[in-house]
Amino acid sequence: MATHAETGIEIAPGTALDRAISDRIDDLLERRLEAKLAEIRAAKTPSMTIIATKGTLDWAYPPFILASTGAALGWDVSIFFTFYGLELLKKDLRKLKVSPLGNPAMPMKMPMGPQWFKSIQWNIPNAVQSLIPAYEHFATKMMKKTIKNTGVAPIGELRSLCLEAGVNLIACQMTVDLFGYKHEQFIPEVKEYCGAATFLPMARDADVSLFI
Amino acid sequence: MQFDKELDARGLSCPLPILKTKKALNELTSGQVLKVVATDPGSVKDMQAFATQTGNPLLSSGEENKDFVFFLKKK
Repeated sequence: MATHAETGIEIAPGTALDRAISDRIDDLLERRLEAKLAEIRAAKTPSMTIIATKGTLDWAYPPFILASTGAALGWDVSIFFTFYGLELLKKDLRKLKVSPLGNPAMPMKMPMGPQWFKSIQWNIPNAVQSLIPAYEHFATKMMKKTIKNTGVAPIGELRSLCLEAGVNLIACQMTVDLFGYKHEQFIPEVKEYCGAATFLPMARDADVSLFI
Repeated sequence: MQFDKELDARGLSCPLPILKTKKALNELTSGQVLKVVATDPGSVKDMQAFATQTGNPLLSSGEENKDFVFFLKKK
């Protein structure tokens, strides 16, 4: 029995017609598939799922920036908040802090004063940072001032914009139990409390999936 | 260029100019033109990408006294 050269599909012997049909289909398929795929891609609403795992003021930005921008582009966006990421769903986001301690990549600059002062990079050793009382509080204040000065949105505003644009906020129930949180601590807009088995199928269907 | 609405996004950083542009476009009807003024240097590339992704044509993109000026047509 003869087989098709490329696909290996068996062709019944002596049927020239079958062979002709098979070749014709191959020919058509090649030409039409690309157009058909482009059509399908164009008709599909792009989607993105994000896993937010960090709960500090600095790391609060990437998930909300990407989610709100994705929504502005017309994408379906969901964020799954797990572990420290749950802090980003608290009613009051003003308590988020940033710590330069053990964070060597964080630029330490003053947001006020003359330009020469603002451009100084303050290299404070970890051992010293850890001894200064209320150091994190001070660093957070400086960071918030820098955020304000540079026209970056306050994190609460970005979260509101996400909600307004229809971004789904999903919370990890396991973490809620683990850290002893109560649902009342979180904003009522949290769409659902669920686990990995709910999130993964969503991520599987998404065009973009990010872990932050 | 003629426009139907103007958005002042000066002093705002990524992603606010794009988010506010999207909101402003929602208030327009098809064929109307939105003028956006921004100072964020990143908005030049971002506005182009936003226009391509959302299908709202970017009619022009330029600089005017250190401001970036965009004209978008609502699809």
